[in-house]
Amino acid sequence: MIVSIPRTLVIGGSAGSLDVLLQLLPSLDPACKLAIIIVLHRKSDNDSLLSDLLAARSILPVKEAEEKDLLTAGMVYVAPADYHLLIEPDGTITLDYSEKVNYSRPSIDVTFMAAAEVLGDQLACLLLSGANIDGGEGLQQAQEMGAVIAVQDPTEAEVAFMPMHAMSVVKVDRVLKQKDMVDWVMSL
Amino acid sequence: MNNESIMKENVHHLKDEEVNLLLNDLLEQYGYDFTDYSFASVKRRLQRVFINDRFPSFAEFRYRVRWDSSYLTYLMEQITVNVTEMFRDPAFFQVLRREVLPVLATYPFIRIWHAGCSTGEEVYSMAILLQEMNLLHKSVIYATDINESVLEKARKGIFPLAYMQQYSQNYLQSGGQHDFSQYYAANYEYAKFSESLSEKIIFAAHNLVTDRSFNEFQLIICRNVLIYFNKELQDKVLHLFSESLEQLGFMALGAKETLRFTTVAPLFKSVAQKEKIWRKIAT
Repeated sequence: MIVSIPRTLVIGGSAGSLDVLLQLLPSLDPACKLAIIIVLHRKSDNDSLLSDLLAARSILPVKEAEEKDLLTAGMVYVAPADYHLLIEPDGTITLDYSEKVNYSRPSIDVTFMAAAEVLGDQLACLLLSGANIDGGEGLQQAQEMGAVIAVQDPTEAEVAFMPMHAMSVVKVDRVLKQKDMVDWVMSL
Repeated sequence: MNNESIMKENVHHLKDEEVNLLLNDLLEQYGYDFTDYSFASVKRRLQRVFINDRFPSFAEFRYRVRWDSSYLTYLMEQITVNVTEMFRDPAFFQVLRREVLPVLATYPFIRIWHAGCSTGEEVYSMAILLQEMNLLHKSVIYATDINESVLEKARKGIFPLAYMQQYSQNYLQSGGQHDFSQYYAANYEYAKFSESLSEKIIFAAHNLVTDRSFNEFQLIICRNVLIYFNKELQDKVLHLFSESLEQLGFMALGAKETLRFTTVAPLFKSVAQKEKIWRKIAT
């Protein structure tokens, strides 16, 4: 069943990660064969400003993730405010309004882990700037299940804490500078 | 709340087959059918219980579930998501106040069904709206959930005092014009909501997967429940709601729930797209 789900990249970010995405998305090759899921911490308001903002800059089509969306190669999905994003064994998205994790909903750990359960080595995870411990444990579990994991270089990150924390709990495959991110994504 | 973060490398990760074994036990032993639920959500929540309760092995977890019926009550509360707040999504309650309740006010008697009411925060919010519009005396609210232990909490109408500031803000944003604190009595860490609100609420167990329609309503509210169901079960439950609604009755779903791609879509007309409120226009 897994073969029908495209290789997937989950990008998690918190404070200071929006600019990174606004530079990364316009540079991606339209031939990109990944499904990309973006999980960003933000205020729990109920609008889709973020996906509109990202869509305006992105080459690949961007949409706010809706429940039962089927992961499709070349699409960018943005986790909506105030819901966790999970992946089902059939490659569809489930939105989940359960308890916050690491004071966050959506939580990056939740999506990293849920994606790893289903995708295993067909998953790559990238953790960007932030002031929260979210993402570290998810990277760890994703790696155990075969995923490729990377963090933004803390020396470049606007807020170094989140990628640094991740590096302290798991040995990441890559520490990426902004200029190397596009090539890394396209190599997946 | 963040017990996930104590997970360490040597914790057993539940396998899909193990989750299926447990779900099968719940069905055969107790009649609770989770097979049409989101597998990712159920698996995540079972994993969480497995870690929090420090089971040394899957076998011991399964044994406990099968042979300890008091543990079952707790497990059911853990598997289903019971996160809710009062006047959550204030814009939704504003539309209820401005557009839905004025229509219901024209009926001699108002019947409302809150399906999947959990610990009751939204039900009490509704009762406050009805009371403020002087409609509560001619209303009855059926509030149902699959889970008896959350209903027990809901019946008490006692919520942590610490949340009242947030709830009060939500209430004001939803168009509330009174002092929110008039609706509860504060006692130590808790706020007990007035019995004048709860006397028109009937809390009862109802399982959307297996139980049938039990009345006709003018308004059915079921928010953030369908997101955990697969397409087939969503369709089935939406038909149950449709059958349980009077002609021109209202149905309200959660912010991320939709009728698109469901077989009941032609029976309903959207009245508030963003707030996810529909009206039944056909049978």
